[in-house]
Formats: sequence, structure tokens, C-alpha cells
Amino acid sequence: MSRYTAITPEDLDAMLAVIGVPTLQELFDRQIPAAVRLGRELDLPDGMGEQDVYEHLRALAARNTSAEDELSFLGAGMYDHYVPAVIDMLMERSEFLTPYTPYQPEISQGGLQVMFEYQTAICELTGLPVSNASVYEGPSAVAAAGYLAKLHNGDGRFVVSAGLHPHSLQTLRTYAHGYGVEVVEVPLTPGPTGGVTDPDAWASAIAADGSETSAAIFAQPNFYGAVEDAAALSAAAKAAGSPAGAPVVIAQVDPITLGVLAPPGECGVDVAVGEGQPLGNRLDFGGPSFGMFAAREEYLRRMPGRIAGETVDVDGRRGFVLTLQTREQHIRREKATSNICTSQALNALAGVVYLSWLGRRGIVELGELLLARTHYARERLAGIPGVEKLHDQPVIREFAVRLDADVAQVRRRCAREGVNPGVDVHALSGREADRGVLLVAITERRTRADIDRLAEVLAAAMANPGRAGESSQGETHAGGTPRQRGEATVGV
Amino acid sequence: MSTVETPMQRDAARTIFQKGAPGRRAFVCPELDVPAVDVAELLPERFRRAEPPRLPEVSEPELVRHYVGISKRNFDLDSGFYPLGSCTMKHNPRLHERVAALPGHARLHPLQDPERAQGALELMWNLQGALEEVSGLPHVSLQPSAGSHGELAGVLLTRAYHEDRGQTRHKVLTPDTAHGTNPATVTMAGFEVVKLATNPDGGVDVEDLRAKADGDVACLMLTNPNTLGVFDPNIAEIAEIVHGVGATLYYDGANLNAVMGLSRPGDMGFDIVHFNLHKSFTQPHGGGGPGSGPIAVSERIAPFLPVPVVARREDGTYDLDHGSGRVGSKSIGRLRGFHGNYGCFVRSYAYICSLGGDGLKDASEAAVLNANYLLARLREHGVAEYLPLAYGELCMHEFVLSGGPMKRDLEIKTLDLAKRLLDFGFHPPTVYFPLLVEEALMIEPTETETKETLDAFADAVAAILEEAARDPEIARGAPYSTPVRRLDEVAAAKSPVIREALS
Repeated sequence: MSRYTAITPEDLDAMLAVIGVPTLQELFDRQIPAAVRLGRELDLPDGMGEQDVYEHLRALAARNTSAEDELSFLGAGMYDHYVPAVIDMLMERSEFLTPYTPYQPEISQGGLQVMFEYQTAICELTGLPVSNASVYEGPSAVAAAGYLAKLHNGDGRFVVSAGLHPHSLQTLRTYAHGYGVEVVEVPLTPGPTGGVTDPDAWASAIAADGSETSAAIFAQPNFYGAVEDAAALSAAAKAAGSPAGAPVVIAQVDPITLGVLAPPGECGVDVAVGEGQPLGNRLDFGGPSFGMFAAREEYLRRMPGRIAGETVDVDGRRGFVLTLQTREQHIRREKATSNICTSQALNALAGVVYLSWLGRRGIVELGELLLARTHYARERLAGIPGVEKLHDQPVIREFAVRLDADVAQVRRRCAREGVNPGVDVHALSGREADRGVLLVAITERRTRADIDRLAEVLAAAMANPGRAGESSQGETHAGGTPRQRGEATVGV
Repeated sequence: MSTVETPMQRDAARTIFQKGAPGRRAFVCPELDVPAVDVAELLPERFRRAEPPRLPEVSEPELVRHYVGISKRNFDLDSGFYPLGSCTMKHNPRLHERVAALPGHARLHPLQDPERAQGALELMWNLQGALEEVSGLPHVSLQPSAGSHGELAGVLLTRAYHEDRGQTRHKVLTPDTAHGTNPATVTMAGFEVVKLATNPDGGVDVEDLRAKADGDVACLMLTNPNTLGVFDPNIAEIAEIVHGVGATLYYDGANLNAVMGLSRPGDMGFDIVHFNLHKSFTQPHGGGGPGSGPIAVSERIAPFLPVPVVARREDGTYDLDHGSGRVGSKSIGRLRGFHGNYGCFVRSYAYICSLGGDGLKDASEAAVLNANYLLARLREHGVAEYLPLAYGELCMHEFVLSGGPMKRDLEIKTLDLAKRLLDFGFHPPTVYFPLLVEEALMIEPTETETKETLDAFADAVAAILEEAARDPEIARGAPYSTPVRRLDEVAAAKSPVIREALS
């Protein structure tokens, strides 16, 4: 009997008597053939008491350098935005934390209403009329949008901007290989005036002979931080598509920028997807978070995932249910629009609470603050000898610079000063052209003083980047910070 | 049956968008501490949003009261019995929330350098090892986000395996008892579904399998015990037939909670397994996600695994490996961003640490005992006359009853019974699945329920049947006590309203 089970020896005897088998052993002997019985104990450590498990997990946490322990400018898909305390409180409520998918709507109105509110907020943010109740996360949402395009347009190729996050591109390729769709990558324009999807290459890739283009996919802002001309890319994609059927225009958007950036729905985008983590979700070393998925009305019945809809009960009261379920796997099976079973309900709850917390004015104010600080940071860093902007395009919350030095070594030197200056893009993308590129993210938690400190530390590291092959030993924070060694605190 | 409207029923649903007033706010923006620059200079007007999105305008107290208020319109596992078949609604220890919230886990960026994320990588390595041991398979990828995502990974691995051998196969076999995700996944991965029949004992019809297994079959996807709660006694023969035609055998781990430490998919002959960490390893279900769906594979599938996987270097430190060795060397690629749902790994790892090998086995034994006890108690009450067990005599961790006789003799459907259970304070079982059982009720009590709870549930079912024998209208009109009563789902789908209309 573990602390999570409750069968006493007396219970066991009484239960076996009711079942009518003499021993627990026989219950299994009568059902599982001996040949496939394990016949030994699992080779795992013995169980531990709660306090010992806590200590073990705390010790593991202490061996990680989190955004709590250093001045971090890491981004590239997930960001250290502030998570308000109300979100922790609401996500820990049993009523939200411990139910499952609302199969019984009469006792799941809370969760269903959250989904309905979430869908409303995402529609508002993206300027698109329909949203599902969320999918797994960002990159797989891009792949799911590709599958929607395949269902809509057939097996034509996907034309994809190289400004898409490398993880999105790789995930799309993994999925597309399964259902047999080719993925064609369009480069970004080079040089300081470039950094955005090459419009000529984009149009000609979409119009190219061979198979038709079923989807045209770009990111806004793109992976290197540049704001794309989304309206021009969408219009060009529609114009270059075959007369038989224009490609579905898919944009991976960053929701936190949509207080200041034109919404994708007003830029001709058909399907907007994105990583929801910036909206009130923790970093959690990469997940769980949620994926946004919004679209034009005509794609509603091809959407993946759960959708909540409004209705009335037998007495005429307003209520909510899961709707349009004939798209889904549990009804339609092999003809379903997706194999996705659940949404990311708890993470989407954090998303809609965050958007309500920010509010109509707050999301604009936050966007404008990020815009100003990110601009300041880019100019500060570009003033350091050996550091230059990757491009001159507008940036909102993230930007790329090229270092005239080994990025890994520079990052190690900065780390010694307690500063994590950003992401080594080559290490993430594997692209030769990305050697020397550092991607720097600025959230509202990074003040002007923090940015000045980054500039100072980066300048010092650039002035003396160290010898090639310098060991990174001695830089791990194996002991953790005093705060990590303390009691559990809620990560925000 | 006339009813008195409850306070919650009187309180009509109003969304957060219908609350608040212009100018109210919960968020105060940090002050502009960098030189002010005209926004138009930083972001040309043609790229800018003209009108702010119509998000709510509420104060923090309003925000809190709204969401706490609607939370109370949910039933949840912490409040009562939740025997939803195939979903394994076992207790979620609060310890797991505490450790997952430690800043060293919760505020760790996924692109932190591996040498400064050693605790996280060690945790993932340990979890990989535990899942390997439980499944009896040598290699694990933690990346898939949910069971359905693990299934997609598994079928794509199968495709890569055959392609690597120069073979193009087109068909994937799934039993008619399979979860809907299985056939949906097969289509998404570019294969054709071929259905297998079920034999009178509830297992795979082996003759049907023999007839359909040929050189064009890529894979058989199986759940064992299956969705009927039946452990397929012919599993060794099934594996032999599948491997005999060069196909892979895929294990849907949705029902792993029946066999942890008792029988291992790898030992049964499976090549690929997905786990549902949110089921067997008690990640809270969150109202429908997040989940986590790691996969384990045999040696022959290992080269195709998604990357990165966590590897241990010779010096005892941990790293993310992108296929430098055999594992992942011919990877199918990524299935998502970063490394998977780490927050779920922390919780499930804590669970495995708490229980240990013995405890996992005890959990499965107790799950099977509880299911059989509940089944027997229902029989004692004479329920079996109206709700007979669909297949077999005993069951594994769950069982499926048929409401056919109840519908004919008492004139209430499975749906009516389910709705009436709501008035008794229970979450109903899974209903109308599996599809091959008439008026199906699929019941999975899990190991964390007490005998007293199982007794109370059996009593409630018996009471509802007795009530129906007197007056079936009561169940047909149920529920009466819930925040809303039966909802018009047909109207919702006919003209969908899926967002608040804003002015």
C-alpha cells in the first residue's frame, strides 16, 4: 500500500471474496499468460517519502541555472515574461487542474467557458474569425496548419520562408514527409537592408512549375526578429498561386507583439498559428505551453483540435459544449481532420487570464515598451566594436546581431559575469550563414539597467574573447544559488 | 419532475468580455526607462495595429472573482470519483505541483546551455531509464507532447524503418476496439487503415489478422489490455504473425496502468510504445491537457528516433544528443519545439521516485483489483441483468458494460444513466465507446480510490436502475442539480457560435 492507495489487508480479503478469486495472484494468472509476465521486480530505485522526493527534485533544480539566477536574454521561441500571481493561483485550483476533457458539459461549464473566452481572445488578437481551444505548442501548430492546407488544397508543395523558426521548419518537414508533401525553402534577403523573406524568390517558388503550392508559410516577426511585410507576402502568395486554387497563407505569429503589430487577419493571412508561451506560461525548460490556431471562417470545419461552442440547456440557460466534433478522431476516426485528442486546456487558461490581466490598453502599452527597450538594446549593442546589426528592419522584442568573434566563447565569458547574452543561432539552426549570429530577447523584466549591464559585459567579452577551445569548466553553477537552496517558491 | 432552480443555475453565464468597464486594469506597465522614441519611427505605420484588440478591461479583484466563480462550475478529480474509462483519473499528488514550480525547473529556459541545465538533463535521463525499464524497450524519446503525438511519432518511425530497408508499405492494421486516435494517426502519417475484427473473447481475431497480414502491412497498432479491459492472451502469436510479414508492432500505452511491473510491452514483442504520462504517471489532466507522450522503441527502430535525446557522457555529465551515435542517426526529425513537456516530466519523475519499482507494480495491482471489485459489486446488486459485462468474466484495470438490456427493459439509455449519475455527485464513466459495444459504459476506477468510494458508486448505479424501473422519466430528464442541465449539442454544431460577439 503506497500513500496514494488505500487497500488494507482486511480490504483485500473482503474485495477478493466479493470478486470470488482466492488471491490477487490468481486475478492475474487467469488473465496474463505466464510467458509474458515479468516474473521479477522492476529494476528501479525504491520508493521514497514525500520529503525525500522533494529534496531530490530540489537538488536537481539547484543544478540548473534558471532565469532567476542570471541576467538572461535567451529567447528564440520562449521568453522570460512576467507571469502574474493570479495565474499561479488559478492554475493550482483543483477545479481547473484535475478534471479531464469536458465530455460531460453539465459539470464542465467552467472549463468550457474558459475555452470559449480563450477562443474569443485569440480571435481578437489575430483579427481572424475562428480559433480552436489550442493545440500542443508552436512548431507543431505550424505543421498542423500545413495539414489543414493539404486537406484543403491537395498534395501540392509547401513554400516556406527561411525566416520561420528552425524548429517549426524541422517539425513541418517531419510531418510533411509522412503524408508526402514537398517542402521548399525561400531564403531571406541578404545584407543590412535585408533580413526579410525575399519577395521575388517567394513569388517564384509559389508559382514554380511542377506540383501546385498548397501552402505558403512565413513567420511574423521572423526568427531573426525582423518585422516582415506580412500584407505584401500574403498578397504575393495569392497572386502567384495557381488559378485552380490559391495557397493557404499561414503565418506563425508571436502573440505578445500583436498589441502593436497589424493582426494577421488584416494582412491577408488565412491561418495564424503561434507559440502561446509568452502569454502567462512559464518557461518550464520548453513545455508544456500551448499552440494558437486561428483561421478564416472557410477553414472552420477543417480545423484540428477541440472547439467550444455556445448553446442553451433544456430550460433555456446559456451554456457551452464541445462542438463540431464530427471533425475529430473519436467520431470520424481515419477521416478526422487531425489525430489531436486534447487541447492544452490548462495552459490556454493561463493564456486567457494573462490577456485579461493585460487588458485592452495593457497589451498595447507592453508592446510599445518592448519596442522601445528592444530598439535601445539593439542600438547599444551595435555600438560595441565587433558587433553589428544583422539587419536594419524594425524589431519588437528580439533582434539579431553578428559578432566578429566565436559566439560560444563570448557567451561563456558573459556567463562568468552572470549574463546570458542570448542564443547562439548557428548552434540552433545549423545553418552556415548563422555563424557568429547572436539572438537577443528583451522582455519587460529586462530594464534599461539590465540592458546597460549586457552591453558592458558583452563589450568586455568582445574585447577579450579568450582562446579557441577554452574550457567551459568552472562555469557551471553546480551548487545553485542561495535562493534555489531555499524553500520552494513559485516560479514566475 | 419539477425542480427548484439552484443559485448556480440562476447565475447566468457571463464571460469576462461582458464584465469590466473601459479604463479598468489589472496590469500596470513598467515605466519607460529608455529614451522615448516616436513609435512611428520604430515601427512604420503600415505594419502597425490601428485599433487595440478588444480584450477585457477588468481590475484584479474582478479577474479573480470571475475565474474562481467559473471554476466552481467544474467537477474535478479532487472533489469526487471520476471513473472515466481509458483516461486513468488517478490522484494527482500536490507534491508534484510544488517541485515543478521550483524556479530551477519552472524558469529554466529550454536553450540554456546543457552544462548549465545538468539537473534537468539528469532528470530526463533518469525518466528515460525508468520508462525503458517499465516498457522493456531499450531507447526512449521524451519529445512527443501527448499520446496522439506519440502515436504519430510511432507511425512515422515505422515509415522510416521500412523506407530505410527500401520498402514502400501502405497499410496499417488497427482493431475495431482501437482508440480513435489510432486510425486518425494512420491517415495523417500517410497510410491506409485496415480494420481487424474482435473475437468473442474480446481479443484480436487472429484468423482475421492472419488473412490481412501481408507484405504491404507496415504496422499493427494495438492496446493491451485493450479498450474492453481485456488482456489479449494471444499476444505472442499476434507478435509472431506481425513480425513474420516484416511489419512493426505498436503499443498504445493508454492502458499501461494495468500492467506496470507485471508485464512489459517489449517482452510481449512490441517494437514501439507510447506512454501517456498524464495517465499512468499522474500528470494532472488540466481540463484537457497538457499531456505528455514519450515513446520507447526496440533496437531496430532506435536509429530513427526523434532528436535530441538526452545522453550521458563518459564523465557522468549529461548532454542533448542529435544523433551522434546509432540512436537518432537516421532520425525522422523533430515533432515539436525544444525537448518535450518538461514540466510534465518533473511531475511524473517525482511520482516514479515516490513509488519506486514495487510501488508501480502495487499501483497496477490495486487498479486491477479495484476494477474487478467494482464489477463484482455491480453484479451483486443485480446490475448485471441490465448492464452485462460486454466481454469475459474478469477484467484488467477497466471494464465495459453494455447498456443494451437496460435500454430495452428499463427504457433508459446509457446517456440517461450517465446524466443521472451527475445528480449523485459522480463523474460518469466513458460512454458509447468502444463502438462495437451497444450502449457502452467504460469504467476505470484506478488504484487511488477507496473501497468505500467504489461501494458508493455501485450503490448509486443500483439506485438509478431501481428508480428507472419505477419511473424512467427521472433519468431521461437528468441532470437536475448541475450548473446547467442537458445542453443542445445539435444546435451548437448546426450554427456554431464559438466566440463572444463584441461591440
